Amino acid sequence: MAEGFKLEIVNPDKSFLLKDSVSEVVVPAFEGDMGILKDHISIISFLKPGIVKIIESGTNEENYYVEDGIIEFKNNCLSILTSNIFNLKNINKNYVNDILSKAQKDLLEKDLSDQKRYLIDQKIEVLQSLNIN
Amino acid sequence: MASLDDLKKRISSVKSTQKITKAMKMVAASKLRKAQESAEKGRPYSEKMNNIILNLSNSISDKENSPKLLSGSGEDKVHLCVVMTADRGLCGGFNTNIIKKAKLHFEKISKEGKILKIITVGSKGYDQLKRKYKENIIEKISFKESKNANYFDADKVGKIIIDKFEKKEFDVCTIFYNQFKNVITQIPQEQQIIPLKASESEKNSSEDNYEFEPEEDEILSNLLPQNISTQIFKAMLENSASEQGSRMSAMDNATRNAGEMVDKLTIQYNRSRQAAITKELIEIISGAESL
Repeated sequence: MAEGFKLEIVNPDKSFLLKDSVSEVVVPAFEGDMGILKDHISIISFLKPGIVKIIESGTNEENYYVEDGIIEFKNNCLSILTSNIFNLKNINKNYVNDILSKAQKDLLEKDLSDQKRYLIDQKIEVLQSLNIN
Repeated sequence: MASLDDLKKRISSVKSTQKITKAMKMVAASKLRKAQESAEKGRPYSEKMNNIILNLSNSISDKENSPKLLSGSGEDKVHLCVVMTADRGLCGGFNTNIIKKAKLHFEKISKEGKILKIITVGSKGYDQLKRKYKENIIEKISFKESKNANYFDADKVGKIIIDKFEKKEFDVCTIFYNQFKNVITQIPQEQQIIPLKASESEKNSSEDNYEFEPEEDEILSNLLPQNISTQIFKAMLENSASEQGSRMSAMDNATRNAGEMVDKLTIQYNRSRQAAITKELIEIISGAESL
C-alpha cells in the first residue's frame, strides 16, 4: 500500500506519539478489537484495557498497552486519547505486577457495577497474558 | 533623621531581602519553563476531547434523554463554583485576580437569588474567601504535597464534582482559573463545565457523519465525567504555569525595587556621614579660631 494515514496518541500531559503514515492500527474497542485501515468511515469509540497494535507501512509492528481511552477517526487521521499508555517493549515487570495486583484488589470490592467488573476482568486478563510473554 | 548606624542596618536588611527575592525569581523561572511546557503539551488532549464531545453532542438525536452532565439538571438554582488558586503566596496579583473574578460572579449569583456553593482548590483561595463566604464553602482541597500538577489530582477533584452532581447538590458548575498567556499576562477565566457549554466558534465545526460504537448516549455518559477531569487538569496546568510566571515577574519587580532602595539609602548614608565630618571640622576650626 502506498499511503497510510496519520496517527496521533495524546496523553493528558503530552503528545505521546505522532506518526504521519501508518498502514493499520488495531485498537481494543469497547465492543471488541477493531482494525482500522485507510479510508475507514469516521468513527468515535472508546477503549477497554488491551493492546494497541500499530503497523507501519512495511512489516514494522509496535504494541502498546492502554488502560482506557477514546478514539476518533476522521479524514484519515486517527486520534487516540488515553490516560495511561506504555510501549510493550520497554515495559517494566514490577509495574505490570503492581497494576495487576491493584486490579485484583479492585475486583474484591462489593458494589461494583457490571461494566466496571467487566473492565477490570479485561485488564487482568490482558496483563496476565503479558506476563507470559 | 536616622543615625548612621540605623542607616547601615537598613541597607544591609534591604540587601538581604533583595537576595531572597532574586533567588525566588530564579527558582520561579526554572519552574516556569517546566510548567509552561506541560501546559502547552496538555492543550492538545483537552482540545481533542472537547472536539469529540462537541461532535457527539451535535449528532445526538434524542436531546431530552441525553446525559444530565451535558444538558444540565433542568434547573438553574444552585451554582457551584470551583475556585482554583495557588497554594503559595508571593506571586503578584495571581491569586487576587482569580478571587476578584470569582467574587464578581458570586455577587451576580446572589443578586439573582440563587444559591451559591464554593469549592476551593488551593489554600490561598480559601484564605481569601473564608472571610466573606465562609458558610458557602462546602469543600476545600489543597495539593500542597504534590510537586507538579498531575492528572490524578485533577481526577480526584473531578470525581468530587461529579459525585455532588449525582447527589443533586448543584445545577450549574463553573470553574475559575488563570489562563497562561505569557510571563507578564495571565487572564483570569471562568468556564462553565456543567452543563457543558459549547463555545460559539466551534459550533459549526463539522457536519460529519460519525459512526458510533457503542451508541452515542453510552459513549457520552462515559466521556463526560472524563471530560470534567480533563478540563480541571487543563485548568491546573494553566494555573501552575501562570503562578510561576506571575511570581517571576513579581519577584523581578521586587528585586529591582530593592536595588533602587539600596541606592537611595546609600546616598542618604554617605550624605549624613559627610555632614557629620563637616560638623566635626567646623567645631575644630571654630575652637581653634577662638583661641
